[in-house]
Amino acid sequence: MPERSGVDKDVILSCQAVHVRFGGVMALTDVDFDVREGTITALIGPNGAGKTTLLNVVSGMVTSTEGAVHLLGQDMTRSPAWKRAQAGAVRTFQNLEVFTTMNVLENVMTGVHRVVRYGALSALFKTPAFFQGERRCRELAEEKLAFVGLKGDWNLPAGELPYGRQRLLELARALAAQPRILLLDEPAAGLNTAETRTLAGLIRRVRDELGITVAIVEHDMDLIMGVSDAITVLHFGKVIASGTPAEIQKNPEVVAAYLGEEAE
Amino acid sequence: MDLGTFLQFLAAGLTVGSTYGLAALGFTIIFNTTGIINFAQGEFVMLGGLLAVVFMHWLDPGLPAAVFLAVLTTTLVGLVMERLTIRPVQHTSVINLIIVTIGVSITIRGLMMLLWGKDTYVLPAFSGTTPIPILGATIAPQSFWILGITLLVLAGMRYFFSRTIFGRAMLACSFEPKAARLMGISVERMVMASFMLSAFVGAVGGAILTPLTMTSYDVGVLLGLKGFAACILGGLGNPFGAAAGGLLLGVLEAFGAGLISSAYKDAIAFVVILAILLWRPSGLFGAPDTERV
Amino acid sequence: MKSSTLRQLAPVSAFYVLVLATPTLLSYDYYYLSILTMAGIIAIIVMGLNLLLGFAGQISLGHAALFGISAYTTAVMTATYGFPLAVGMLSGVGLTAVVALVVGMPVLKLKGYYLAMATLGFGLIVYIFFNEAIALTGGPSGFVGIPQLHFGGFTFDSELSYFFLVWTTVTVVLLISLNLIHSRIGRALMALHASDKAAQSMGINVARYKLFIFVLSAIFAGIAGVLYAHYLSFVAPSSFGFHFSVQLITMVVLGGMASLWGGIAGTVFLTAMPEFLRAYENMEVIIYGLILILCMMYLPQGMAGGVSKLVALVRRRLGRA
Repeated sequence: MPERSGVDKDVILSCQAVHVRFGGVMALTDVDFDVREGTITALIGPNGAGKTTLLNVVSGMVTSTEGAVHLLGQDMTRSPAWKRAQAGAVRTFQNLEVFTTMNVLENVMTGVHRVVRYGALSALFKTPAFFQGERRCRELAEEKLAFVGLKGDWNLPAGELPYGRQRLLELARALAAQPRILLLDEPAAGLNTAETRTLAGLIRRVRDELGITVAIVEHDMDLIMGVSDAITVLHFGKVIASGTPAEIQKNPEVVAAYLGEEAE
Repeated sequence: MDLGTFLQFLAAGLTVGSTYGLAALGFTIIFNTTGIINFAQGEFVMLGGLLAVVFMHWLDPGLPAAVFLAVLTTTLVGLVMERLTIRPVQHTSVINLIIVTIGVSITIRGLMMLLWGKDTYVLPAFSGTTPIPILGATIAPQSFWILGITLLVLAGMRYFFSRTIFGRAMLACSFEPKAARLMGISVERMVMASFMLSAFVGAVGGAILTPLTMTSYDVGVLLGLKGFAACILGGLGNPFGAAAGGLLLGVLEAFGAGLISSAYKDAIAFVVILAILLWRPSGLFGAPDTERV
Repeated sequence: MKSSTLRQLAPVSAFYVLVLATPTLLSYDYYYLSILTMAGIIAIIVMGLNLLLGFAGQISLGHAALFGISAYTTAVMTATYGFPLAVGMLSGVGLTAVVALVVGMPVLKLKGYYLAMATLGFGLIVYIFFNEAIALTGGPSGFVGIPQLHFGGFTFDSELSYFFLVWTTVTVVLLISLNLIHSRIGRALMALHASDKAAQSMGINVARYKLFIFVLSAIFAGIAGVLYAHYLSFVAPSSFGFHFSVQLITMVVLGGMASLWGGIAGTVFLTAMPEFLRAYENMEVIIYGLILILCMMYLPQGMAGGVSKLVALVRRRLGRA
């Protein structure tokens, strides 16, 4: 389906007719989901709607049963996760996946992996390329830690940080990879109101200051309505609406889906 | 290959495979409650056979009583092992506990060598040694004992895990230790029971095989290795997959030795295991990796 | 950056000074030196295994076999076919790396105990081959007449010269291993250990890094293999069996996972201990087993963890005083 991705040059991520089946269960049915460059695009829906599954399909953690995923102008439907990240689509995780055994700075320096490169021999024998690369690595990591506002002891093992700060750390790590599109999987889960407000500001700054496109899966409606340029709503694995926040808020089908969930 | 030869190989394979299967079952039981691979499992198998010989010489209580005493003693060894070396260090990593079991296995082996030396011992067959001819094959009566007792133990385990409260509680522990604790099941007791149970099945496997293969202080190493291979082959965590893996491994070895080369029989078996693992990375009957992202 | 390099070089230099002083400290007792030479050879394998297991989280029960492949290769090349030493040793290390590459590619897709089983199976197959390919390897009774090591006009024929050769190699391997773990590659390895998924989503090609570290650790085992063969001038299959693989893992864990220094300590401890237990004759094995159990029960972070706990304790005491 190249004609569809060819039409809009500024569509940075395009999922076309994606189906995912787990055993006998259809997790996603015929899902179209586009993200335009320079936007913050949200994916919402009641519990079990398939939001995270779609994010997994985009990031390569789950392979779609049918359909296509175009990322950054390439067909990456069958590409492994690391290749998508190499291409510039970097994600965070709903259940934090910080590298607990490494310290805070090292976590973020690992994010720089795709940006600053030097070979194994340089590492083993400490050639000048190693020293240059490491200096650059550290600078970029410190820059991103400062960007997300993570102060304190960066030599602390990441596992010892409080939950909210681990979230920030994960964000810094993802930003250190200098993505073109950042995929956030429920970044506000487990955060209090104040932390969520800070997060909203950060997400906007990621788009405005760093020029990174953001696709976000989230539960917190206030956060979503506040930051998103476009919203797609999933319900039982199907897209039931897409549009601006104002349009979505008025959409009767969306309201029904959410009311239905509250009635349960 | 004629039917007689085929049956001959099959019987030989199933006979030794039964012991592998029982050892594998033992590995699985402990793995399910603790997540560790117990390197002393082979020593349980060795103790089953060697202690039966020892009790025969010592007390001469008759063969069935000697076997019974050997199995009972080994079960107690399982209990003592858990009490002394596993329970005191619950909050450590899995790999540390595995090394502890390696230490236990070395110690048990050293103790047996100290007590009975490096000699090889025989245990009389349960009901004579006159081979029974069947369809062109001649099969030792002990083979029937081995197969029969193995099936009996498997049936007993099946009943235990699916019908008794205690057995079901053990299964619950393996699936969801936290939930099990909330339900009022004592995980500590289950771990202890799992060590006793796996010592028990290992010892039975050792005692019934010894009349055919003889025994010495160091037979546990190889039997443990084969048991581990069998439970991986069957799919770790599935008790009956483990038993099936054992039988399959025994049959593979027997046919490999008979048809290709007896020197390379173990190599052939392991080549097949490697091939199976590359084809099914979680073993034949293991649940595939269903990790949530 | 430079200061971190210094912080790393200082202990390695101190270590090498200790190495140089050891023969004097042991008043040139060739018996003790020979034990330490053997421990050094094994420590080279253990460091590789530490990178693989402690840092990247991938187990191998096949490293004894890789060690053996290298030892037999240089033995056959130099003694049977009369190739020069350098050719024999290079082909030993080279073949080990190639075998690790070929085996690692499919096998490293497996995880945890399944990986343990697959590498164990590989090890056993190689072990059986050493025993059965009698024309090539000499079979169970071993391979004799491996030439002594010499470079230019110098022959490593004394216990002392071999001790220095081995422990200099240990130091070099230690240094490059430390370099590796403090680089982007080391971080990638620790990352894939901590979270496979997160590592992939940072663009780390997890399969390639696993293979890289598996092959590098095989190269270390290969280096140890050639040193071993030309040291003893005799090799036999029994040195490369399942037992030795388990012992190597034990050394890594007892020393302290993810501590290269701990690995060396664990190796020296477990290699030297049986020698000191010789006096107890039949009790030797039992005591060895009991010590192992107690160490693992009461040193959960291995010897490295025990030492750092001790240092912290002493500091606290001194601080209070």
